[in-house]
This record gives sequence, C-alpha cells and structure tokens, in this order.
Amino acid sequence: MKSIAELEEIRKKTLEEIGLRKNKDGYRIVVGMATCGIAAGARPVMQAFVEELKKRNLHDVQVTMTGCIGVCRLEPIVEVISPDGSKVTYVEMTPEKAVRVVAEHIVNGRVCRDLTIGEAEGVK
Amino acid sequence: MEMVTVTIDNKKVRVPKDYTVLQAAREANIEIPTLCFLKDINEIGACRMCLVEIKGGKKLEAACVYPVSDGMEVYTQTPQVREARKTTLELILSNHDRNCLTCVRSGNCELQKLAEKLQIEELPYEGETYKRPLDNFSPAIVRDPNKCILCRRCVSMCKNVQTVAVIDVVERGFDTIVSPIYEKSLNEVPCVNCGQCITICPVGALREKNDTEKAWTALADKDLHVIAITAPAIRAALGEEFGFPMGTPVTSNMITALHNLGFDKVFDVDTAADLTIMEEGTELLHRLKNGGKLPLITSCSPGWIKFCEHNFPEFLDNLSTCKSPQQMFGAVLKTVYAERMGIDPAKIFVVSIMPCTAKKFEITRPEMTSSGYPDIDVVLTTRELARMIKEAGLDFTETTWEHFDDPMGDASGAGVIFGATGGVMEAALRTVVEILTGKPLETLDFAAVRGVEGIKEATVDVGEMKIKAAVAHGLGNARELLERVKAGEAEYHFIEIMACPGGCVAGGGQPIQPSQVRSWVDIRSERAKALYEEDKNLPIRKSHENPTVKRLYEIYFGSPGSDKAHKLLHTHYTPRENYPEE
Amino acid sequence: MQIYRAHVLVCCGTGCSSNKSEEVLRELEKQLQENQLQHEVKVVRTGCLGLCQNGPNIVVYPEGTMYSMVKVEDVEEIVSEHLLKGRIVKRLLYGEPEAEGIRSVDEVDFFKRQKRIALRNCGIINPENIDEYIAFDGYKALVKVLTEMKPADVIDLLKKSQLRGRGGAGFPTGLKWEFAAKAESEQKYVCCNADEGDPGAFMDRSILEGDPHSIVEAMAIAGYAIGADKGFIYIRAEYPIAVKRLRLAIEQAKEYGLLGENILNTGFNFDLEIRLGAGAFVCGEETALLTSIEGKRGEPRPRPPFPAVKGLWGQPTLLNNVETYANVPPIILNGPEWFTQIGTEKSKGTKVFAVGGKINNTGLVEIPMGTTLREVIYDIGGGIPNGKKFKAAQTGGPSGGCIPASHIDTPIDYDTLVELGSMMGSGGMIIMDEDTCMVDIARFFLEFTVDESCGKCPPCRIGTKRMLEILNKITAGKGEEGDIEKLESLAKNIKAAALCGLGQTAPNPVLSTLRYFRDEYEAHVREKKCPAGSCKALLDYVIDAEICRSCGLCAKECPVGAIEGERKKGPFVIIQEKCIKCGTCIEKCPFEAISKK
Repeated sequence: MKSIAELEEIRKKTLEEIGLRKNKDGYRIVVGMATCGIAAGARPVMQAFVEELKKRNLHDVQVTMTGCIGVCRLEPIVEVISPDGSKVTYVEMTPEKAVRVVAEHIVNGRVCRDLTIGEAEGVK
Repeated sequence: MEMVTVTIDNKKVRVPKDYTVLQAAREANIEIPTLCFLKDINEIGACRMCLVEIKGGKKLEAACVYPVSDGMEVYTQTPQVREARKTTLELILSNHDRNCLTCVRSGNCELQKLAEKLQIEELPYEGETYKRPLDNFSPAIVRDPNKCILCRRCVSMCKNVQTVAVIDVVERGFDTIVSPIYEKSLNEVPCVNCGQCITICPVGALREKNDTEKAWTALADKDLHVIAITAPAIRAALGEEFGFPMGTPVTSNMITALHNLGFDKVFDVDTAADLTIMEEGTELLHRLKNGGKLPLITSCSPGWIKFCEHNFPEFLDNLSTCKSPQQMFGAVLKTVYAERMGIDPAKIFVVSIMPCTAKKFEITRPEMTSSGYPDIDVVLTTRELARMIKEAGLDFTETTWEHFDDPMGDASGAGVIFGATGGVMEAALRTVVEILTGKPLETLDFAAVRGVEGIKEATVDVGEMKIKAAVAHGLGNARELLERVKAGEAEYHFIEIMACPGGCVAGGGQPIQPSQVRSWVDIRSERAKALYEEDKNLPIRKSHENPTVKRLYEIYFGSPGSDKAHKLLHTHYTPRENYPEE
Repeated sequence: MQIYRAHVLVCCGTGCSSNKSEEVLRELEKQLQENQLQHEVKVVRTGCLGLCQNGPNIVVYPEGTMYSMVKVEDVEEIVSEHLLKGRIVKRLLYGEPEAEGIRSVDEVDFFKRQKRIALRNCGIINPENIDEYIAFDGYKALVKVLTEMKPADVIDLLKKSQLRGRGGAGFPTGLKWEFAAKAESEQKYVCCNADEGDPGAFMDRSILEGDPHSIVEAMAIAGYAIGADKGFIYIRAEYPIAVKRLRLAIEQAKEYGLLGENILNTGFNFDLEIRLGAGAFVCGEETALLTSIEGKRGEPRPRPPFPAVKGLWGQPTLLNNVETYANVPPIILNGPEWFTQIGTEKSKGTKVFAVGGKINNTGLVEIPMGTTLREVIYDIGGGIPNGKKFKAAQTGGPSGGCIPASHIDTPIDYDTLVELGSMMGSGGMIIMDEDTCMVDIARFFLEFTVDESCGKCPPCRIGTKRMLEILNKITAGKGEEGDIEKLESLAKNIKAAALCGLGQTAPNPVLSTLRYFRDEYEAHVREKKCPAGSCKALLDYVIDAEICRSCGLCAKECPVGAIEGERKKGPFVIIQEKCIKCGTCIEKCPFEAISKK
C-alpha cells in the first residue's frame, strides 16, 4: 500500500463491518427475537434492517435483539428508540416495512404511524 | 582539548573537558577512594567507593565515570558521602573471606588498605557469606571466589584486553560470581595462564600457584645441584617488592639474594635468549630463502602459544619451532652443561625465575623433556622469589655478587631487551640484518618496534630486500593483527607476539602494583627503561656475538638449525579445542 | 462484504486464556454453525478487558452485554437464548445477578469510572486484524505526522501535551524525544520497554495483547520525530501471546507499507524488530535493557551518558515504555489540549493500574490522573472482600511504597505518590486489608529485589540481602533492639549509593512501611507480636477453655501431637513449644474454640 487514500478506504470499509461495536449515539432498533418473533419472520426483518442501514451508510444506528415483548400475535415487533430515549413500537413487520422505517423514521425522523402498535390496535 | 573549570572541595581546577571527576580531583590533589576502577581497563562505576556529591544533583555520583562540566561543584567528603562509602565498604567486608592473616595479599591488598583508610572498626552487618569451592586445579592460577569482591577488573582484562574471555560474571544478585562457564576450573577452559588477572586483582581472589615449597625442598637437598635461571624482566621489577623505585635495575641484588638462598649457580636466561635468536634468526633466514611459511611468528611467550593453539590453529605452522629461552636453557643445562661439569643430569634441579605464570604451565607440556629429563623443574614468579627472600630474612640491598655465574653467564644486550615488547624483534633484526648484509649495523636501536603502542610495524632494508615486521603485545592486539593477516589486509615476514600487554616486564608473575599506581603510571614503560638502559651499557649487544653462545655451537650444536639443535632446542604445537565435549 | 448483525468478542488475553477462553471460543463457533448463525454473528478474538478475575469474559455487541466466567457448557445457552432469541442470559451477566435490564459494558461501575485512552481498543478490536485497528482511527496519527507535520512539530505537540513516562519516574516524554532528536548521529534507534516485571503488573502485556498496532504506530511516529529508521521492542519471553500478536502486527504493518521503506510515499523509512528478554527484572532498567538488546548480560551502567545521547551500540536511542507509546497516537489526533484537560496540574492524562490483592474486582483499570484511591477501591474495585477494613495500598511495585488508609482521599498522580513516599511506577497496585502485616509486605518486596538484583554494585547485591536478613529475623520473632535502626541506616545508604534506579529504590518498601507503620515493626521486635496476626512465628494458637467441649478432634488431627487433654474431661490445651502453627486445629474445631493470639 502506498497511498493514504488506500488507508482511508480500509478504514471506511472495516468501520462498516465493525462499527456496531462503537457508536452508541444514534437510533437503536430492537427486534423481538423470541420463538414467537422468529416464527413470525423476525429474522429476515432484522437482516433487512442491517442491510438497509449499511446501504445508506448509517453507522450510528444499532440493531439489537430482544426477547418476547408479550404481544405475540403482533410479531414481528420492532422498537425504534431515538437518541433522546423516546420509543416507537412497530408491529407485524416485514422486510419491506423495515426498509420504509429506515427511510422515513431513521433518516427523516418521520414516524411511520400506520405501522405502529397504536395504529394496528386501533384498526382492529 | 577545550578546558573547563571545576571546583572540588572548594579548590578550583582547570581540566580538559573530557576528564572525569576522578581525574579532575587528582589535578586538585584530592584523592578519592576507588576499588573497581582501573584506568582504561575497568571504568564501570560498579563498586560505589568513589561516590561524590555534585551540587544540584539528586543523588551521589561515581567520580570514576562522571564527566566534568564547566562550573561544576564537587564535594568529596560530605557526611552523606562518607557514610555511603563506609556503609558500602562494610557491606563488601561482610561478605568477604576476611582471613587476612593467611592471605597472600595481606599488606598489599586494596580492600585492606581501604578498610584502614575509612577506619572500619567493626562490621555492623553480618550475615550469610559465600562458601564456594577453591579452584586450584590450574598449574598456574588459583581462584578463590570467597575472596572475590566482584570488582570485575579481571573480567575486563580477560575479555576486553586479552580477548581470552574465559571468566565472566555469572549468576545474579547475592549469588553473583566471577567464574569460568558452568563454574568449571580454569584448567578446563581455554585459559592461557597469562596471569594478567592476578596482577590487577585488588584482593587475594586470584593468585599464582605457590611453588616455593618445591624450591625450598630442592635447596635443602644436599645431593642436588640447584640452579636458578632468571629472565631479563625480573631484574627490572623485583626491586619494587623491596621498596626500590619502579624501573630500578636490581641485577646484582638479585644474584646475591639467590646465592644467599643457597642456589649453587645463578644463570642468566638472556644467554638462552641469545641462543633463541640464533635459532630463530636462522629459521627466518631459511624461510625467507627457501619460500617457507611466512610470516614467521615468535614462540617465546607460552601464553601466546596456548592462545594460538586454541584460537588460531591455522597459524601453528607460522610459529617458530624454537622453544622459549627458558626451555632451551633447561635442555642445555641438563645435557651440555651436565656433561661438561660432570654432573648427573638427574641431580640437576633447575628453578626458573620468571615474570610469568604461563611458564608454570609450559614446563608441564609433555614435549618439554627432550633431554630425557624435564627441561625445567620449577617455575617461580618474581613475586614468589620475593617471598622467599623475605622469608629467609635476607638483606636485599646486599650486592656481593655482581655478575651471573660462569659458564652460562654471558649475555648480550639483545637478550636483555627480550623482556620488553619489541625486544625479541629488535634482537632478531640486529642479528638477521648483519648476517644477510654481511655488514655491521650502524645503529643497533630499532625505535619503531619499541614503546607501548598495541601494534607496531617496521620495514627494514636489507640490501635488495625489505623485511616487513610487526610487533603485537597483549592478546587482544595479537588477535587483531592476526585477523588482519588472515584477511589479507597486511603482509609481514616476521611477527613478534607477547601475551602480556607491555611484554614480560608487565607479565602475570610480576610484582603487583595497586590500581592507584597502575592507573596513573605506565609500569610497562617504567620497567622497560631499566632493560633498555642495561642494553645500552653492555659491551656486547648482538646475540651472535655472545661468547657463550658461540662456544655452545662450537662444542656441541655445530651450527644453528643442526640436528642436535633441533632435538634439544625446537618443539612442535598442537591445535586445542576450546570447550571439548566430555 | 459480509454484514453481521452481532459481534461476540471473546477475551483471549493471558488471564482469560488461562481460564480456557480459547475453548469457549471454539464452542461458540461450533454452536453458531449448528444454529446457522455463522453468517449473522461474528466471533472476534480480542484483548484484555481488564476484569481478569471474572474471566473468561465475552461481550456481545451491539448491545455491549458482558458475560463473565463463561464456561464451555454455558455457550449453548448464550447462543440459543441471546443470539438466537435476543434474551439475555442473566445468570452469566457480569456483576450483581439481580440487576435489572441490560448490563452493558458501559454501565458497569468497573468501566463507568474509567477513562480508556491507552486501553482504548483493548477488548473492542481484534488485535490480529490490522483493518480493525485502522477502522478505529489506527495509523491516522502516523499519516497526519508524515504528511502534515515536521519532526519538530511532533515533539512540540508532545511537549504541550505534558505527557510523562508511564514506566516509572514520570520523565516528560516530549523532552526525552527532544533530547534524542537533538543528538547528532547517522544512526539512531527507537526502543520500546515491554519488559514489565513488577510482581502482579500486566498493563503493558494487556496493551500488547489487545492493541499491538498502537505501539507499532507510536514507535514509527517516534522514529520520524527523532530521525531514527530502526526500532526494537524488548519484550519478555514469558508473554507468548503478546509476542505472537506483536509479530503479527509488525508483519501486517509491513505488508501494508506502514513499516519499511518509503512509508506511504513520504520518503520515511522505519523498521521494527522484536527482542525477547529472559525475564530478568533488572532489564526493565533502561541501560540494562539496552545492554541486553546488544546481546550482553543485562546490567545497568552509570548515567551519563544517557541513552538519548549514547544508547544502543553507542548511538542516540529513545526508550519509552508500552503505555507511554500507547498514549501518543490519540494525543496527535485529538491535540494536546484534549489531553491536558484530563488529569491534574502536573500529571496529565490517565494511568493504567493492575489492581490486585484484597479487593473484589481485581483487574486492569485506566483512570484519569487525580482519581482518589477511595474511588479506585470502592467505586471501581467494588470494595474490600468480607467487609474487612482497608489498611494500605502498595504502588510502584518493589520500587514503590505504601499509602496508608489515612491518605485514601489523596488524588493519585506522580507527585502526590512521591510525596507520600511511594511512586507511580509502572502501575501495579496491591490493596491490603487489616489482616496484612506491613513488615511482612516489606519483606515480600525485598525478597523480590534480592532475587532480582543484578549483582553489579555492592549496595544492592549485599545491602538488600542484609536488609532481608534483618526482616526475616524480625518476622521470625528474633528481632533485637537496634535492628530497626540498622534497617533504616542501610536503607538510607543503599538509596544513596546504589548504581541504578532499581537499587536506589529497593529500600522504598521498607522506608515507606517504617514511615507509616513503625509501631508494627516495634511490636514485632519488642513484644514479639504481629498486630495483623499474620506472621506465623509470632502467633500463639490457644484453645478457649470456656468454649472447648473436649471432643478431642483437634488433638487427633494435630500433625505433631501438640494438643493434650482427655476426651470429655475438661478443655484441651495446646503445648506452645510443640506447636508448628499450621492451623489444622482451627480448621477442625467444630466449636470455633481455637484462635490465634
């Protein structure tokens, strides 16, 4: 390696891989991954979040898992916790919805109301 | 050199910038105690006896290594300094075998002197002490680790100066010891017995093997014809043991004392030195004329010979096949002399007085018995002779006998200067050049090969040809010179090598001068002066003109290099492994 | 590129490795495979996190969940519960098991109070992967220095940061670099002292194991600053993991062109070599270390000349220790102002301590200078076990001294420690409780010094031995009037006369305990009592006649038959002349009737 640019390249590339060990200042996306969640398809949802965030170079967003939240019928459930601590719960998630949450909620700060637990409960 | 001003105990001195505090203090006439320090050889600040206070410094500093700087203020006698020195000395003494009464160095011990100087009256710190076995297996050197104070002068000498490196500091902490590897005996390692370690040991941890009892026994035996032969360097140094200034020749005092001790004859090894020049000179001429192995390297120094056998086996063929003068003399005494005097050679006992400890080893070599008898029976060092004289209570100022005995008493000046570095070379050149040119030399002094420079070179015009000569003294210099020859960087016809720095005058068997003297006076030059003075005043100054030598060839050997000469006066060498597998 | 949703970091430092962390790691990989999680969860071998007594430690990111004392059998549960279902395995969490919620590494008291600069990457990156180091701003400082700064600027910056040497006396690092830079010579060297030898200290080992590239980078920066193109890292051979990772780091840096010829096309050359030490304590002394690198017996020599003027093979040489170097890249990147904000007036930045002894959380901590002992012991260290009282803390190893409980609120920095008769040293900190005998502690450290003395100068070689002999005598109950004074006088003179720093500081443990606990010495000598109840020879084992039920169990178990009495016929008695004070009777007595007095 002879150039500083190459070094910068490695820095960026590796940071994408391992950034999740570092940044704790941004949004936190918590996916319910208990048996119920997994059965309802939480795994692809989680993967979708991870990939979408990567595509958009969003390093300060954490995707983590949690156990059963208790409303198994609405699984997959995803909680988005903003840096100020406020929490939005999305239910019956799919990979497509995950992409939308990233675009609207994480990037633009607009909660996808139609996907939230309040909305889901209200409709029914 | 830039000068700086230093104030020591309120005395101002101007000294060169590269001086140490110790050197500056000497300039100011202030003596700072030292123990491990030996100028140019051991400057390691280890013993902490020379501690001084330097204004503005946080801690005490070792004067022997601390560099001066302009405006420096030094205090050598503050309470803190005195207490630190005293405590350190008390600690050293607490782990020293303090059997001073039975120590060979009693009265000439630097530690003892220091204890007196610092007024050590009791030892507050007693405890565990060394209990190490005595190493007295070497024929030349006795090593007593329980007396060792770990000043490391011997290590520096053996490793750095002589490059023999058979002793070093091993183990650590309280178990630290100066020893050959694996605590072997000096006899089991490639020690060359040069004895330089002994001459700089401040205490009795290193000493020569005491052979005086063998000499006393022989002297007491009325059936024996006991002969003393003395090397040239003895007369230049023996006086120091009796309070004579360094460099005083004491030839007749010595001869007188030897007679008073009861020796039947006292002969001069210089006679054999002249014989050596005849043989070695002839060998050189022969090699020059017949394309023999060159350079020819001298073989008088048994320390050098063993060093060569261990470290430069490829040069063994370059060594002159001549025995050393001592061995030649012994062989002559037990053959020609015995025959002429009508004495049974078995009844002749030859005590060789040598400035050398390696000679004690040399006489044990199996090839040194070509007459059927050991060439030499006992070797005593200068120090041992002095002890015998003292034990017998003789007055060393007595000069009843002025000359060595006949018929082996004649010596040339050439033989005398054998004792100084370059002497053998100069003696050989005086003879070889005259033989080659057939003309007497105008001046006999070859100044280029004199002096204490480590490696000296000279080119001598001999008619058509130029003889290129080199002289090395001290084995470190010898190693350097031979490496140069080996690498093809230098080419010579003739090389003189002496194991001891300065040659025999500063041999391992010579009187011991404390570091306080050795560090500031060049004892090599001082003692050599006595020899060059004697050479200058002798009527015969060339070996081939020595009448005794001439007669020896007439009546016995025929000519130099003859078969008879070869049988008695020449020898051979064998490569030695350094650390043979057991 | 593979994207992982979780990283599991397994500590493979020396402490955790010896607790089978490698086996845990292998089991983890196996379990992930079985659950087909190997493409979602990445396993990373990392360096020491500091909480060594709880090892093996593993941390699951992104949550930062820290599991401690993980056994191979626990791995299945971690995978099936946490990694598969997102349920934290509470029983394996570090700290109080009843604590609610996620116990992230940042939330644990042990870490919360720390400020990790030197240890910034330890436990976070894979030390065997240069890319991970680069990702966390590794080699950025080197780039900055090589492309934007002149050597003099680097030294200037370092001087402004007021960084002081972390290996002992705290000499200003910038000044040291300046001396080496100003020395004129064709050849200069940069050396790193990784010959950590204080008993119980492992700060440098952890940095080398957890973040070896930080040292490589800092040494290259030093090379540029002083004009050296060659460096040596002197590391003890007893640190095999650190040696291996350092080797790997050097190889990787060479491969990337961050070491070698014409680094990053800037014309700067720098090469590094490792030299293994044989574990002699004295080789931590700078002149001894350099002598050892030269291949000779490692022994100190008097200074001057200082290594910056005449070091390796007589050439100007810069020598710093591991932790000092580890501070350099962040200082360059964040600026001296950032660094000087941390710490006290004369001691800037942080210091790593290896905390051990009578404390709940033994391990490695990095704290800002000026943190009090109380914070270290009670906030970070979790206090003293078994509700015992704190008695003193020993810092600076065999060269240091102790800080008594009365000074527990002193802010720790270079100067306060020296004022208290101790020193920073390389960062060992041993906590002692009321059961520790201070005479015995002094004896312990002196025993170490006596063993490790190089033997060159008499004050250290013989003097420390004589001090130890006196201390042995005192703790064996054979002390005499005048012994304490002898100890003091010896200590004072050894300090003044010894050749090197080690000898000069060897009496410190004795002087410092004498300063604060002289009464304990006096009790040993005059009353033949050990107030802490620790010196065996000074204790009498006695049976309380009131409590003894004369069951005879003690007499039966006593190995030397020193207990007499008849079963069921009144209390048993210990014959003091026979008693060897082994303690068996105390252990065996069912009624706790036997005690030491």
